[in-house]
Amino acid sequence: METNRKIKVLVTKPGLDGHDRGAKVVARGLRDAGFEVIYTGLHQTPKDIVNTIVQEDPDAVLLSILSGAHNALCPKIMELLKEHNIDDVLVAVGGIIPEEDKEYLKSFGLSGFYGPGTEIKTIVDFVKNNLKR
Amino acid sequence: MMSTQYDDLMQRLLQGETRAAARLITLTENDINAAETIIHSVYKHTGNAYILGITGAPGSGKSTFISTLIQKLLKEDRKIGVICVDPSSPLTGGALLGDRIRMKDMFSSDNVFIRSMANRGQLGGLSRATEDVIKILDAYGCDIIIVETVGVGQSEVDIFRSAHTVLVLLVPGLGDDIQTIKAGIMEITDIFVVNKMDLPGADRKVAELIQMLELNMNYKYKSHEINKNVLTTEEWTPEIIQTNSITGQNFEELIEKIEKHHRFIQNQGIVSNYLRNRIKQETLQILKYKLIKKTENMFEDNSLIEKLIAQVIEKTMDPYEMANSIIRLLKFPVKDRDF
Ligand SMILES: Nc1nc2c(ncn2[C@@H]2O[C@H](COP(=O)(O)OP(=O)(O)O)[C@@H](O)[C@H]2O)c(=O)[nH]1
Ligand SMILES: [Mg+2]
Repeated sequence: METNRKIKVLVTKPGLDGHDRGAKVVARGLRDAGFEVIYTGLHQTPKDIVNTIVQEDPDAVLLSILSGAHNALCPKIMELLKEHNIDDVLVAVGGIIPEEDKEYLKSFGLSGFYGPGTEIKTIVDFVKNNLKR
Repeated sequence: MMSTQYDDLMQRLLQGETRAAARLITLTENDINAAETIIHSVYKHTGNAYILGITGAPGSGKSTFISTLIQKLLKEDRKIGVICVDPSSPLTGGALLGDRIRMKDMFSSDNVFIRSMANRGQLGGLSRATEDVIKILDAYGCDIIIVETVGVGQSEVDIFRSAHTVLVLLVPGLGDDIQTIKAGIMEITDIFVVNKMDLPGADRKVAELIQMLELNMNYKYKSHEINKNVLTTEEWTPEIIQTNSITGQNFEELIEKIEKHHRFIQNQGIVSNYLRNRIKQETLQILKYKLIKKTENMFEDNSLIEKLIAQVIEKTMDPYEMANSIIRLLKFPVKDRDF
């Protein structure tokens, strides 16, 4: 009755790739689904992202990576989160992730792996069903 | 002191732990009962931060301006908090919070804490939640707290009553932005900023501003040297300055003006007035929030309300009388059968 909770999602782009059309479409889609979406824009370092997670305290984070640098960036982010004792945030990866890299990323606790063109509803349901708090 | 489930977080907050501050903010945002307990512990540790309120139309450059301002204000031993408030969609309740895009130079600094907030469309709720976040950041150790809001609603006016210094951003050319600022905000503005001074029409915007202030608010205009347009009231003289938030042009002068206002309100008479007013306004906001919530809850699925509605339909009662009955109920809750 007195609670006023909303699902808060951080949508962010680690690394150097210069396109955020897809990430923006996802951010708007999640907003339209009733989420509170924080969008940071391009060129975020793992430290930037983890600082943002610490301050904003989102329920979920969507990392959008098209550059191919996911195997370097994502594990680094998970490592920094661990250093901050953050284990109750869902971290999902979107973008172009080759099949053979998914297992590797999963071993760090990452999930999702939705490619370009995924329907927003799929992502919404995924977030709703996999929240860790 | 009574121990609560938040003691651990509280302790970590007072030690300056960022994650504890962030989590306490989430709790107060989501749940007014949690907020009450948390603020009860936080309150005596507040009062050190200088609070700046910044408002202006979407796109006027507030986030960019704040980012540049922080770069100039940041010192090694100084912590700065930023609260960026954006509207929620009234249809879906969702929100897109994009202010961080303009502040990315700050992300790697451990001395800057940025928090995005959606207004969640509730009457009186935004200012309550924002006040709570300000207090938590104050207790966390922020020396300066900057609040960014879109200058559209009564909520902004309410929020800014608690700011020490209020800045309103305008931009050249946007014909009507002066008119669209809420009257209530105009009256509490300490410094008018014509941002994007690199665009054509900045001087004209300053002139329009002076004219508007003269006309609407009976300010006496004293013409001084260029860039020192001074409008006087008995109390504070609203300052006007042009800035370029991308290059940082005029930010030294801007900071001087903020400091001047800071000195002005430190004058004891003003500071105690300010404090009394702030407490009054804040308590009023909490009351509004609680009473509205209480009333709304009462309206939900309540047979008493249904009986009253039936009477209004039958014309044995009018809506004012119905409202009075409800006020009596709020004061002296009674059981269904008493009616
Ligand atoms: N030319 C110019 N553009 C600016 C200035 N300040 C901000 N901007 C631009 O105005 C746009 C909106 O800025 P933003 O900070 O997001 O505005 P907000 O919506 O008020 O927070 C961005 O493209 C900024 O780069 C300025 O002083 N001059
Ligand atoms: Mg902004």
